[in-house]
Formats: sequence, structure tokens, C-alpha cells
Amino acid sequence: MTKKILIIEDESALQKALGDFLGEKGYEITSALDGELGLALAKEKSPDLILLDLILPKINGFDVLKQLKEDDKTKAIPVIVLTNLEEMSDVDKVIGLGATTYLVKTEYKLEDVLDKIKQTLNE
Amino acid sequence: MTFKEISEQLNLNKQCKKYGLSLWQCPQFLFLIMGIIIIFSSLTIYAIGTKYIEDPYLVALTVVFITLILFIIAVTISKNFERLAETNKMKSEFVSIVSHQLRAPLSNLKWALEFIVSSSKTEKISEKRLEYINILKENTDRMSELVSDLLIVSRIEQGRLPTRTEKVSLKEVAQKIIKELEIFTKASNVTISLKADANLPKIPLDVSQIKLAIENILDNAIRYSIKNGKINVKINKKDNYLYFEIKDGGVGIPLSDQKYIFQKFFRSGNALRHKTEGSGLGLYIAKSIIKKLGGKLKFKSEEGKGSTFWFILPIK
Repeated sequence: MTKKILIIEDESALQKALGDFLGEKGYEITSALDGELGLALAKEKSPDLILLDLILPKINGFDVLKQLKEDDKTKAIPVIVLTNLEEMSDVDKVIGLGATTYLVKTEYKLEDVLDKIKQTLNE
Repeated sequence: MTFKEISEQLNLNKQCKKYGLSLWQCPQFLFLIMGIIIIFSSLTIYAIGTKYIEDPYLVALTVVFITLILFIIAVTISKNFERLAETNKMKSEFVSIVSHQLRAPLSNLKWALEFIVSSSKTEKISEKRLEYINILKENTDRMSELVSDLLIVSRIEQGRLPTRTEKVSLKEVAQKIIKELEIFTKASNVTISLKADANLPKIPLDVSQIKLAIENILDNAIRYSIKNGKINVKINKKDNYLYFEIKDGGVGIPLSDQKYIFQKFFRSGNALRHKTEGSGLGLYIAKSIIKKLGGKLKFKSEEGKGSTFWFILPIK
């Protein structure tokens, strides 16, 4: 069965490249440009995995993650945080909030992100 | 009251940390030292004055006058130092902000180009165009590395390099780095051999920092190796410290350039001839990290014959 991935990322160019790349790899992609829409789509679509940016309009990534993990409907969905923030305190905070892993965008290739997704989804 | 207690009361550590400077470069500390010098000078002048000048009022006036002059000089010097330290801090913060801001468009470029390259396997793109796309991709990667290096340098200078200390096996770190650099070493026709003493103790370090330092030294060794070159990595225990050595048979560093090798952005003339890439920040980062971890990084090199970089770290 096709796995569903929700990308919550406000940089439209990045969202497009990541979405098209993962789409070609056989995933069903849904995207949101802000935290509010991301949360709504997470509840509505029940994706198998969420890729989450931290600096987002309306509701920031930390709060999105917190709300996802507090909601019974979404708390089991693994969340991979994709960001350019790399302070130790940010890493600790998102892992503490329940993120599966934390990737710094400029340091990872699309193929590396794909590997992490496969690993998380046990593929 | 001990010196440490006085220092804490004056909040010197906090003041100096603000600028990311060592104690001897810190304006507040220098002002304290100048204050002590002024007190001693005043007492000395008083002692000499009472010996040679009979009128006590004249002695007092001389002491007050000279103390005042010294005080004005001390204030001027420390104010200027403070201004310099403040400017330096602002520069580091500026580099940090700019680097962060550059990261978002760079990520966009990087992933967009990677997507085009990955689709070129299924969609037809002419060889010539693919060649240009690869040039764009390589240069975007280069810029990403430069921005990352600049961020690390600004963090080092602001004393904000994240630190998480744990017991680390240098041998395991070296093995991991060598494995990660496999693609690079193969492409450069270079082989790396690792020899480590048996039962090396683990030492308390920040693993990502030491990894970064070793990566930077090893990256240079590979980059400036000659074809079919060999790099020897050696780890030994000596007394109460660990000795880590990276020896290459590469282009070496000309004698005239050796004193500048740990300076920021410095690239040796023959390095530029050999490889045009490189930010000139790698060795500065490595040296700063090793120093922060309580060790020393040194090297010896001969042009045309190769370089040996080594560092020592206390076992503690």
C-alpha cells in the first residue's frame, strides 16, 4: 500500500523539490505551508509520517509537534524534523517533544532524507 | 578572600564570556590589573617622594597628580579595548546571522538541483546540460560547506559551540570518519591506514567537536595528497594523554607559509595551485576545538614531501 507523507514546510521551493522527489519514489504526498494547515491535514489525512519544519507561519513547528503528540489521533505518527536550526537546545527540545529524528537541511541530501524515511517506516 | 572570590564578585567571568575572549584579552580584567598597577605605583611614588621631598603636601600632591594621570590612561586603554571587543562580538554575531539567513536559499537550491539530477535518470537531459547542472550542484555544495564553516567559526568566537561531554573512544571516532570519507578517498586514489594502541582509554570529550577537528585535518590530508598517496593515522597513549597523528605524503606546506597555517581564511600558495576549492577555515576550526578540549595541535611539513599533523588530549 502506498505510504502517505505530510510535508509541513513554509519554503515552497524546498517543499516542491522534496515532494516531487518523494512522489517519484512512490509515496503519496500532502503538503502544508504553515503550522495551522499542517495540523489540520495531519488530523484529516492520518499520514504514515510527517516531515516538519520548525520556523513556520501561524503555529511554529515546536507547537505543531507538541499538539500532534497530545492528540490521540496523531500521537502515533512518526515526525521527522527538518530544519536549519541546529542549536543543541532546539535538538533537545524537539526530541523531548517526541520527534523521531532531527535533520539539518543544508547538511542532508535528498537521498539521506529518503533513507531516514525508509528507516522510520521500517521499509 | 581569594582571587577567585574577588573575580566572582566583580563578575569577571561573566563579563569576559560575553565577549568570548580569554581573561588576558578581556577589558574588565585588564582594567582590574591596571588598577592594581596604579595602587603599587602610587605607593612607590609616595615612598620615593617622602625620601627626597621634605614638604608632605607636595608629596601628596605629586602622588595624587601621577595617580590621576595613570587612572586616565587606564580608563582610556580599557575603554578602547572594550570598544574593540564589542566590535569583534558584533562581527561574529553578524557572520552568524548572515550564515543562518543564507542557509534557507541554499537548501532550496541544493535540493532542487538534487531532484533534477535524480530525475535525469528517467527523463532525458542532454549530456551537456547535465554537466552544467552538476557544476551548479557542486558549487552549491561548496557554498553550503563554507556557510557551515562560517557558522562554526562564529560559534567558536562567541564561545557558543554546543558541548555535550561523554566518554569517547578516539579509535572508534577515527574508524567512523575514515569510513565516512571512503567515497572521497577512493575518488582521490588515496588509502588511509589506522594504527592504534590496544586498550586505549576512553576520554571525556564532545564527540561531534572532536569529529569535526579530525575530519578537517584528514580532509586536508586527502585533498592535498598526491595520486596513489598513503595517509597514516596513529593513536597512542603517552603518560597521561592521548597522541593522535595524521601523516600524509602530499604536497606539503612551504616553509614561508607555515606560520600562517592556522589563521582564518589562509590558504597556502601551493594549496591554491593544487586545489582551488577550500575555505581556509578547516585548520583554524581544528586548532580552536583541540585547544577548547584542553589539548594542543601541532604539525611539521616539508614542501613536496608531505605533512604530519598531531594533537594531544589529556586523559584526565
